[in-house]
Amino acid sequence: MDFYSGLRKLHQGLISREMTPADLVNFSLEQIKAVDMQVQAFVTVTEEQARVKAEQVRENGAEGILAGIPFALKDNMCTQGVETTCASRSLQGYKPPYSATVVERLERDHGILIGKLNMDEFAMGSSTENSSLCKTHNPWDFERVPGGSSGGPAAAVAAGMVPYALGSDTGGSIRQPAAFCGVVGLKPTYGLVSRYGLVAFASSLDQIGPITNSVEDAAIVLQSIAGPDRRDSTSVQRDVPNYIEGLTGDICGLKIGVAMEYFSPSIDQKVRAAVDSAILQLERLGAEMIKVSLPHTSYALSAYYLLAPAEASSNLARYDGVRYGYRAQDAENLLDMYRQTRSEGFGAEVKRRILIGTYALSSGYYDAYYKRAQQVRTLIAKDFDEAFAKVDVLLSPTTPTTAFRFGEKTEDPLMMYMNDICTIPVNLAGLPAISVPCGLADGLPVGLQLIGRMFDETTLLRTAHAYEQAAGFAPMRPALGVHA
Amino acid sequence: MSLTKDDVYRVAALARLQVNEEEIEALVSDLSRILKYADQLQQLDLMGVKPMSYVLATHTVTRPDVIGSSLTPEEALTNGPDVEEQQFRVPAVLEG
Repeated sequence: MDFYSGLRKLHQGLISREMTPADLVNFSLEQIKAVDMQVQAFVTVTEEQARVKAEQVRENGAEGILAGIPFALKDNMCTQGVETTCASRSLQGYKPPYSATVVERLERDHGILIGKLNMDEFAMGSSTENSSLCKTHNPWDFERVPGGSSGGPAAAVAAGMVPYALGSDTGGSIRQPAAFCGVVGLKPTYGLVSRYGLVAFASSLDQIGPITNSVEDAAIVLQSIAGPDRRDSTSVQRDVPNYIEGLTGDICGLKIGVAMEYFSPSIDQKVRAAVDSAILQLERLGAEMIKVSLPHTSYALSAYYLLAPAEASSNLARYDGVRYGYRAQDAENLLDMYRQTRSEGFGAEVKRRILIGTYALSSGYYDAYYKRAQQVRTLIAKDFDEAFAKVDVLLSPTTPTTAFRFGEKTEDPLMMYMNDICTIPVNLAGLPAISVPCGLADGLPVGLQLIGRMFDETTLLRTAHAYEQAAGFAPMRPALGVHA
Repeated sequence: MSLTKDDVYRVAALARLQVNEEEIEALVSDLSRILKYADQLQQLDLMGVKPMSYVLATHTVTRPDVIGSSLTPEEALTNGPDVEEQQFRVPAVLEG
């Protein structure tokens, strides 16, 4: 048994009674025991609960495609009664009294939660090095980062500990770690998946999505979690199409835009070479490549690193030590308690972003920073609108480089931010995008990013799936730390 | 844009964060560099460009005024660091 061959195969195994949900849970737990000492993707393993659930699913005879199959969650999604930390000291020990909508939906479909996964604290970071809990290693090379902020989910799927996981993506936090770990990562259109129960970082950018071994698996998981939710007023009232049926393999005549702004000199030559071969592959499938321009791309990073921290500074104001989470002891008065609690509870990057965000929103600087960044956001969204008048899908590398070494970028926050240069504009415009493995560079996975029109996950997934099937890279199995 | 120590202390006070002597130098330098990078936004002519705060047109969502399920007081209080008689206890708000 293994988890790489896809959800459909696991489902068939369950339906034909070759295996039981308990077998899958056992296998997942065994894999965690075997490799997670080194990978350190999990922060909580819900062993007992998963075993009970496996028994229930078997007794109920649930037959949906996710029924009886284990999954894991980035630790910023609330799970009733199961610790949810956001990898922050400020939420250690916090057991939410309710579950996120995405968790309810996967459980409605009889999925089995196996545990919670490491991340950069409050999803702020691109390497998972900002976790206050542990250091997650890239399964392809234990000396390297798994990417972030959904480093735990990407590493857990890549190492074969779970068949799929959910991550969240505010500026690339699903796609970048998926690229670094050689798995598929999908950020849905803003508003397609409910954010209820997702611990908020930047509310106008955050979106939950699947991390999987294949595009088909991403479509299957999206099918379960997508759709309106009355508890998230930004979730959109519209029918969810059948994404799985949309994977026809046929992209003949599809117009794919290649934006030169995403192929700047900062893109590593070997990453570029892998993406160039993907372009040829897509052409062989009958897609037409069209050069387009997204002229404001170079401003996206600046706009993002004002807007996201501004929203974060507001969202994280709630961690005051009063109602839940960490509280500093021995404070003399209320104000002192707030200050001490927050200073002891948050790590360095979270504090940096709260300060930048507070500054950008503060009186006298609001117009020059926050408002200007919002105006630039309009221009970036317009760039995409104009490009999508000519093409169906856009293509780029997911990241400028492959996975970097621990400590390589921790000294310089700006250098770390540069990692998100290809993924950030997508969040600003709210578009769906996916990272698919497109080969190796020096033994490390490279990700191809495809960007779709608003709510056109169908075309996006079809393109990614057709490429994946033709390229034959997926599923990629790492040698677990033995770097070739 | 270059920040001073006083700027950082002022913003920290607004954000209810304590910044100590060891952190301040690094913060002044990191934040100044991030803001300097963001200064490229000042180059753009943005006259007449509308600010965008959300991707989609947001509208007010309403629902029928029907009582649904909600947390019990016990559930709502269970994560409280200091709870007494269904209330969260905090240090003195007013002194003297």
